[in-house]
Amino acid sequence: MSKTNVTRRGVLKTGAVAGAGLALPTYLAAGGHSGFANAPGDSSVTLGFNVPQTGPYADEGADELRAYELAVEHLNGGGDGGMLSTFSSQELSGNGILGRKVEYVTGDTQTKPDAARASARSMIEKDGAIMITGGSSSGVAVAVQALCQEAGIIFMAGLTHSNDTTGKDKKANGFRHFFNSYMSGAALAPILAANYGTSRKAYHLTADYNWGYTTEEAVRTSTEAMGWETVAAVKTPLAQTDFSSYVAPVLNSGADVLVLNHYGGNMVNSLTSAVQFGLRTAQANGQDFQIVVPLYSRLMAKGAGANVKGIFGSTNWHWSLPDAGSQAFTRSFGTKYGFPPSQAAHTCYVQTLLYADAVTRAGSFNPCAVGEALEGFQFDGLGNGPTLYRAEDHQCFKDVLVVKGKENPDNEFDLLEIVEVTPAAQVTYDASIFGGELGSCNPGA
Amino acid sequence: MFGLNTKDTRLLLIVALLVVLAPFLLNPFPEGSALAQFNAGYPDLMQRFVIFGVFAIGFNILFGLTGYLSFGHAAFLGAGSYAGVWMLKLLTINVIPAIIISTIVAGMFALLIGFISLRRSGIYFSILTLAFAQMAFALAASVLTPITGGETGLQTSLNDPRILDAASEGGNIPAPSIFGLQMRDSFELSVGEWLFTFNTGYYLSGIIMVLAFYVAIRIFRSPFGLMLKAIKSNQQRMHYTGVNTRPYMLACFVISGMYAGLAGGLMVAMDPLAGAERMQWTASGEVVLMTILGGTGTLIGPVLGAGLIKYFENIFSKINDNLLHQWFAFLPDGMEEFMVTIIHPFIGKGWHLTLGLLFMGVVIFLPGGLVEGGQRIARLFSRKKPSGKDGATTRTEPAE
Repeated sequence: MSKTNVTRRGVLKTGAVAGAGLALPTYLAAGGHSGFANAPGDSSVTLGFNVPQTGPYADEGADELRAYELAVEHLNGGGDGGMLSTFSSQELSGNGILGRKVEYVTGDTQTKPDAARASARSMIEKDGAIMITGGSSSGVAVAVQALCQEAGIIFMAGLTHSNDTTGKDKKANGFRHFFNSYMSGAALAPILAANYGTSRKAYHLTADYNWGYTTEEAVRTSTEAMGWETVAAVKTPLAQTDFSSYVAPVLNSGADVLVLNHYGGNMVNSLTSAVQFGLRTAQANGQDFQIVVPLYSRLMAKGAGANVKGIFGSTNWHWSLPDAGSQAFTRSFGTKYGFPPSQAAHTCYVQTLLYADAVTRAGSFNPCAVGEALEGFQFDGLGNGPTLYRAEDHQCFKDVLVVKGKENPDNEFDLLEIVEVTPAAQVTYDASIFGGELGSCNPGA
Repeated sequence: MFGLNTKDTRLLLIVALLVVLAPFLLNPFPEGSALAQFNAGYPDLMQRFVIFGVFAIGFNILFGLTGYLSFGHAAFLGAGSYAGVWMLKLLTINVIPAIIISTIVAGMFALLIGFISLRRSGIYFSILTLAFAQMAFALAASVLTPITGGETGLQTSLNDPRILDAASEGGNIPAPSIFGLQMRDSFELSVGEWLFTFNTGYYLSGIIMVLAFYVAIRIFRSPFGLMLKAIKSNQQRMHYTGVNTRPYMLACFVISGMYAGLAGGLMVAMDPLAGAERMQWTASGEVVLMTILGGTGTLIGPVLGAGLIKYFENIFSKINDNLLHQWFAFLPDGMEEFMVTIIHPFIGKGWHLTLGLLFMGVVIFLPGGLVEGGQRIARLFSRKKPSGKDGATTRTEPAE
């Protein structure tokens, strides 16, 4: 049997320890609660720029980062102010966001959902980022968006083109300015029909992840609706760099159009392969063989060089657009870096401005208030004409550009020419067709 | 204590203490100071430290004891992750079933791969495991997309059945939790300028890691462990004495695989997403690096190695030029530019380069890994001068 000795000293000791233990949680609960996660202090606010710095989309990532740095400079009142002066909402005055100086942290998504989430988590948990933006892949965007929803942080999607981001996997805390696969398909199909006729047989090479799937599906549906046939659709791994084994069977498949549902480095490599195999000069079914790239960017056109001449595709924005917003952005980007911005840079810059503007209009950094300010927001002057942030799925609706690789470029940046500006009404769809639920906004804490 | 001798008990207690005090130890710099960049005491990274610690401990049971170098251990981590996410999707958002099932699934997977791969030893064994892991990766990334989510990864979603849970409320996906306590819940304690974070998920993983470490010590000191060491030193002699080594090897391989699965299960319990790249050969190589960097065959080495690599990956990769300019702002302009240009290749996306140099340094100068470094420093400071002969015998031999 044990014998308990109660001494004065023992009681005091135990009491002190127990008291401290009980008091601790109360003390802990006192710190850092202001209704939402990562509430910024009075002097500065931190944004998280999560972009691919390595992997197939590294070029886009580098350009996005430049655009973010430019946006931060403009928000803090530096530089020439870029689109701040052309933006229809004139809330931002160059004194940061709500008077707080904008600071930022960067991370590498590696174009892998896992790494992107780790990077975003460290931004949220370590650096106290109030908003995460970036990503150059829909796989990454969907993964990071889900994380931000759980953590109660606003996610302003960068370059992500899959229907899923604001469709099947949409989240209340996530917002996308970029257009999507459905819009590409809807804008591209009439142009393809007009140029290549309605009796074509298409062969798809598709990047093997959610963006590739929805793009393939969108292009298939819209081209089949006007009479095209789809011969085959082959999936290629995202990390693939040599596409010769995928391109080789195309010529003998009976197809006369090759659709490359590839982006970034993937597209540069697959298109180069296709040209090396002589597809551009080949004849099939009595017609000239054609190649189509549903999602185009200047960086890709630059990477692929002369191979892009005459190839059709769609794009979110191009620096040669004549409106005041595009011109202002191209000018300040060009002044700072010495070359025009890509569409990835544009959408990231605009997203940062839109976030800052929404916070200013809401008068709070609370994600729920910011979300409300963005939902149904109509604006202009950011390079795409009148644009609506639809409340039902947090997707922007604006005009879509159909472009073609320029035959005789004047200079090394002037690689794409705009064939048609498809009006927003023609690419607008019902918010419910892709399923998914927004859920309710999560302010964290 | 716990059936361990004094030395091992002390080691276990040190590890347990490190795990408990990590939030303090990893945040030595005050919040907002220039050095706060090097703080590692935030939940995500602390969780990674202990989870990869579990992974490396398991790998070391195989590599350290038997000398069989598996180049496909990430496959078990990945298999465990997928099993874990599926449990979170189908069964309940409580992480316990996910962790248990992921361990079991990885164990079965290891049994299958081990049964085939262990017919060969040495480099052939390494190649076989590598081949299986790359096969698993390729399958997960493409053919098995309905099960694994392909390159997009597997996530929890709002309309998962979760048969044991009540319907989720508020239209948000429930976060992984243990009996209502969410994995990402944290207590924050601010003391003066310092901010310390105590995270539920971290402590759950930490407790599991200490348990895993304890089991590893027991295995190292058991007759079974002795048999494995005998296999490492001379397998042929074992055969001549009439011992069939294959059951021992297979058991060891499965245990090691289960550790990897446990790590995978913990990873998805902390953050419910599993991507195919978790199975890629680079991930398998990483655990080899961790073990060698820390000290192969030592108990605590792999844990240290895991911590070091994860620290580099998460801290160095986030330093950008902007920060460098802030640090060297006190220098004259030309010097500042010069310093930034010099350091630029080693930070940000260049962290691999820094790690590579460090790894080379360790392998060349400290073949026994960080543990050997620690021993050398301890010898330097210990009062009694070891005689030359004694010094030679305490030296850790690199694994053959």
